[in-house]
Amino acid sequence: MTGFEAAVLTIITASTPLLMAAIGELVVERSGVLNLGVEGMMVMGAVCGFLASYYTGSLILGILASMMAGVLMSLLFGLLTQTFVTNQMATGLALTILCLGLSGLIGEPLTGEPGLKLSAISIPYLTDIPYVGKILFGQDILVYVSIALVFAVQYMLFKSRMGLIIRAVGDSHSSAHALGYSVIKVRYYCIMFGGACAGLAGGYLSLVYTPQWIEDMTAGRGWIALALVVFATWMPRRILLGAYLFGTVWIMGLYVQGAGIAIPSQVLSALPYVVTIVALVIISRNATLTKLNTPTCLGQSFVPDR
Amino acid sequence: MKIILEKRAQQSKIMAYASPVLAIGLTVILGGIIFALAGYDPQTALYYYFVEPLTNFWSIEEVIVKATPLILIGAGLAICFSANIWNIGAEGQLTMGALVGSFIPVMFTDWQSPLVLLLMLVMGAMGGAAWAGLVAFLKNKFNVNEILTSLMLVYVAQYILDWFVRGPWRDPNGYNFPKSVSFEGWQLLPTYGDGRMHIGALIALIVVVLLTIMMTRSLKGFEIRAIGNSRRAGAFAGFSYKGMTWFCFLLSGALAGLAGIMEVAGPAGQLLPSISPGYGFTAIIVAFLGRLNPMGVLLAGILLAISYLGGDGAQMELGVSVKTAQVFQGMLLFLILTFDTLIRYKVKIIRSQTAEGELT
Repeated sequence: MTGFEAAVLTIITASTPLLMAAIGELVVERSGVLNLGVEGMMVMGAVCGFLASYYTGSLILGILASMMAGVLMSLLFGLLTQTFVTNQMATGLALTILCLGLSGLIGEPLTGEPGLKLSAISIPYLTDIPYVGKILFGQDILVYVSIALVFAVQYMLFKSRMGLIIRAVGDSHSSAHALGYSVIKVRYYCIMFGGACAGLAGGYLSLVYTPQWIEDMTAGRGWIALALVVFATWMPRRILLGAYLFGTVWIMGLYVQGAGIAIPSQVLSALPYVVTIVALVIISRNATLTKLNTPTCLGQSFVPDR
Repeated sequence: MKIILEKRAQQSKIMAYASPVLAIGLTVILGGIIFALAGYDPQTALYYYFVEPLTNFWSIEEVIVKATPLILIGAGLAICFSANIWNIGAEGQLTMGALVGSFIPVMFTDWQSPLVLLLMLVMGAMGGAAWAGLVAFLKNKFNVNEILTSLMLVYVAQYILDWFVRGPWRDPNGYNFPKSVSFEGWQLLPTYGDGRMHIGALIALIVVVLLTIMMTRSLKGFEIRAIGNSRRAGAFAGFSYKGMTWFCFLLSGALAGLAGIMEVAGPAGQLLPSISPGYGFTAIIVAFLGRLNPMGVLLAGILLAISYLGGDGAQMELGVSVKTAQVFQGMLLFLILTFDTLIRYKVKIIRSQTAEGELT
């Protein structure tokens, strides 16, 4: 395996969790809900995925557990913001604070223990193709799932009836309600989808990226995923571009250090966060671009008139 | 069965006061259940959490020491959130305050004068304000979402501090430990009692009083509430949203920075790679629990300080994980937000729609 191949492989593994979490949040935001709890749902997914696979010895159960954890946490968010119409921003923050504590608590006994690692697939002949074989045909299955998810969401949002309803709910909840759609129900489903994606993204961290549980191992990736949605101006395919861009930045630090270039390690560690800010500035300064795509009802609660 | 919310004609005054009490009560009950499930005697565990910290003089002092930064930061955030401006990066502003405020004692170790302490506090506040001002600048100039930038800057600030403490500002006689020189004399805040309680508590109290006056007796307070309730209405009244963004970020950033330098010049006594156990994030809970009202923040800050100390105590006495405190804090914020709904809405439970014959 060449150095180039190795670099691309690590970039893909670093990008995948960002991609998963961001595509889920994109659907949530398209339905008009801003869930700031991505980081929290991710970290719960990471710890539950790790614990399930550690105790059962099954990676599939680990992956399912991480998704379930994300869904459960998102339901808590849904219950508050949709049924009890609490402030979405405050509730999302509360979810993140709660999950960071809860995950630390339940993961504490097994911190740092080596866990199972999801291995890459191997297709006879194809994986052996020089240079591109491992990159195209030698990833773990979740990488393909995450990329498929992007195109599935793209199709669902813009080519299906379901997507039309979701976008209607996100752009004008009162009109959607007047047409007879249940705004709250649609939002609940979207929130749960976002939870499953964030949970899976967390599971990816603790089952593939670094197969163990470390406290706060998401390290702000959930927040970067939120930024990615803005960066992608709520367009699924741009999430793909953005996630891989950020994954590259995340990994670049390691390579620069490895190459012996004298930059303080802190500068490289801070790089992904600085790049996120810069990217947000570049996208947000174009007000028309942002306004054109932002779901109009983003962050607004809906109480049906009776 | 269906839960239906019915808007109240007027906001319920009773619920406004009852909501935090109910939330705290339910947190304690749920906490007891969690302890019981984890195999601890709930009564003993809750005693260590919420009562023990108030039973002796030493720990009451310690509660005040921990409440000081929470109140300072929480009061600033309460103003931000009242104006519907979301600064969630107070932890980063605290870090920058600690770093900038430590410039003089680290660079001029021998300079001893009351001026040093004053300069430290001023520079700390300015450091925090500058870090928060960056967020306000990006929001006003480039329309960048303040939630994301303020949070990203937390990580950046922590790495900057880490670099200074491990690099140029490391104590040359510190056996390579990542810490600055120990501060002495006028580089430290005057202390009272057994030695950890410092003048910061008094400063926090003054800040709370000043902010209360501002919110209730000044035009600025009205402006904050007007913009918070409706940005459009605020604009019609001639209030500048951009100006408000600057005001809120600079104020809350300065208070967080002040809290940061007072942690360094107080309990820590030197600059360390990590100077806060998440005060900047816990202060978000403090602000909401305190009803976004500076006086309420005072009480909420004390309560959460007790939970920090109780968490430490319960770990030492019973072996309960310190993480439990963070879970309680998160739970508390969840519950308070839920109960706040009851201020504006009545909750009705409808058994089943088919029973009423609405659907067939």
